[in-house]
Amino acid sequence: MSAQAASPLRPSRPRGRWAGRLFGSFLVLSLLIGFLTLGALLGQVFFDGYRWVDAVLFFEPPSADPLIAGAEPAILATIYLGILLLAFTVPLGVGTAIYLEEYANRNRWYNRLLELNIQNLAAVPSIVYGILGLAFLVRGLGLGRVLLSGAMILTLLVLPTVIIAAREAIRAVPDSIRQGAYALGSTKWQVVWRQVLPAATPGIATGSILGLSRGLGETAPLLLVGALTYVSFNPTLLGDFTALPVQIYQWVARPQEEFRTLAAAGIIVLLAILLALNGFAIWIRNRYERRW
Amino acid sequence: MSVTMADVSVNIAEQRRELPAKEHRTILFDVRDLGVSYNENRALDGVSLEIYANFVTAFIGPSGCGKSTFIRCFNRMNDLIPSAAVDGTILYHGEDLYGSQVDPVEVRKRIGMVFQKPNPFPKSIHDNVAFGPRVLGMTKGLDERIEKALQQAALWDEVKDRLKASALSLSGGQQQRLCIARCLAVEPEVILMDEPASALDPIATTRIEDLMHELKKEYTIVVVTHNMQQAARVADMTAFFSVTRGDEGQRTGILVEYDSTSKIFTQPSDSRTEDYVTGRFG
Repeated sequence: MSAQAASPLRPSRPRGRWAGRLFGSFLVLSLLIGFLTLGALLGQVFFDGYRWVDAVLFFEPPSADPLIAGAEPAILATIYLGILLLAFTVPLGVGTAIYLEEYANRNRWYNRLLELNIQNLAAVPSIVYGILGLAFLVRGLGLGRVLLSGAMILTLLVLPTVIIAAREAIRAVPDSIRQGAYALGSTKWQVVWRQVLPAATPGIATGSILGLSRGLGETAPLLLVGALTYVSFNPTLLGDFTALPVQIYQWVARPQEEFRTLAAAGIIVLLAILLALNGFAIWIRNRYERRW
Repeated sequence: MSVTMADVSVNIAEQRRELPAKEHRTILFDVRDLGVSYNENRALDGVSLEIYANFVTAFIGPSGCGKSTFIRCFNRMNDLIPSAAVDGTILYHGEDLYGSQVDPVEVRKRIGMVFQKPNPFPKSIHDNVAFGPRVLGMTKGLDERIEKALQQAALWDEVKDRLKASALSLSGGQQQRLCIARCLAVEPEVILMDEPASALDPIATTRIEDLMHELKKEYTIVVVTHNMQQAARVADMTAFFSVTRGDEGQRTGILVEYDSTSKIFTQPSDSRTEDYVTGRFG
C-alpha cells in the first residue's frame, strides 16, 4: 500500500460523490426546463408584438381593422379594476386576518371552521368564482354585467390569498412586542393599531400587491360575469366593460394574423403592468424588512 | 452553581443596609393564598406574602417553580393567556387587583414590567420611550419626560445624539435599559422585572443591578432571578420558591420561605432553602 492511498484525507466514497453530482445536475435541469420554456414564450411574444406597442394601442378603442385597433377601454378597465380590487380586498382581508390572529378564540369551532375554509377557498378554481359571480352578483343582486360586478368577483377570488398573506405577516410580529405594549398600559386596540399593524405592514403590502397582480391577470371569471369582448367606449363603474386579459383573449381568437400580433402587444402591456406591481412588492419587502 | 455560604455572606456583608423595622414598612402588595392554573395544571399554589414599598424584592428558585408565573400576576399579564386562571387575592393599596371592577389596563399603567429578553419596539429610541406616554395620553412635555426617563435608566448620555435611530441598533444591555426607560416614562409605582439580566453579559448585568439600587428610592421593584448572587446583591427581601410533585408527577410551584435577603442567604429556616442557596440543589 502506498503512502498516498493510506492517507485518511483522500476521497474514499466515489459513489456518494457521483450521486451528489447527478442530483445536482438534475436540479439544474429542472430549473432550466421551466426557465427556458418561459423565456422562449416571453421572447416570442416580445418579438411578435413590440412594434405594435404604440400610441394606437394605448389611446384607441378596438376596431374591426387591426391597423387602427387599440385597447384603451381594456387598459383603463384593468386600471379601474385594480384600484377597486385594492379598495375592497385590503380592508376586508386585513380585517379578517386581524380577527383571526388577534381576536379569535381558537377553541371555538366556528373560528376553526373559518380558518379551514379560507385555506380551501384559496384553492378554488377561478372559473368557479365566475359562476358564483354570475349567479349571485349579476343575477341574484341584479347588479348586471358591469365593471363593479367584475371587481367584486375578483375581490372574492383574491381575498383568501390576501388574508393568508396578512395573517402570516401579523403572526410574524413577535409576541414580545405585544406583551411590551400591554405592559405599558395599552388597550388591545392600541396594541393592534400602534404596534402589530405597523410592524406587519410590509408583509401585508407585499401580499396585497401579489394578490392584485393575480387578480388582474384573470380572464375566466370576468368572462362569466360579463366582460364583453368588444367595447369601444371607456369604462364606467356601472357600465359594460372589458379588461386587458379579455381583450387579448378576443384578439387571439381572431383569424387575421394582424390581430394575433396585436394580442402579443397587449400581452406585453399586461406583463409590464404585472411585473411592475411585483417589482413594487419586492421593493417594499426589501425597503421595510425588519430584523427582530 | 458553586456558591458557598461563606461567599454569599461576604457579598451581603458588603452591601447590606439595615432594613426598616416591620412596623415602619408600607405594605404595597398583600398576597393571600394565591394560585395559578393553566387548564388543569396547577402551576403555583398557596402563595402568601407581603411586598413592601421602596424595597427590592427578589423571587428565586429552580426552573419551573412558578416564579415568573407569580410575577405576572401583579400586573395581570396572565390575563393575556386564555388558559391561565388565577385564584386567591392580591391586595394593592388594600384593593383587590382581581376585583370585578378593576381594569387590567389601569393596573398595568401603575405596575410596569421589564421582560427577560429585551423587547424594544421596532421604532426609534425616541418613539420607544414615547409609546407609553402616548397611549396613556400623557403627551404634555413629552420630550422632557423622555429625557428624564432615559436619564433615570442611565442611558441618556449614550443615546442623546441619536434619539431618531432605531432601537434595534442598540446593544443588548442598552436595549434592556431602554425597556426600563420605556417603563419609567409612564411613572409607574412598581416595576416588575422578570429575569431582566439573564440575556445580558456581566458588565451589562452590573449596570442593571446598579440601576435597581438607584431606582428603589422612587419605585418599588420586584425581580425574578435565577442568579442567586444577583438576588443577594440587589434585594432587600427574598422569596424562595420550589417545586412539589403531585400524585401524577405534575409540578406545582410553592413558596418555601420569605424573609430578609440576609436571613435567606445566611440563616435560612428551611432546609430546602439552605440546600438551594448553598448550591446543593438546583
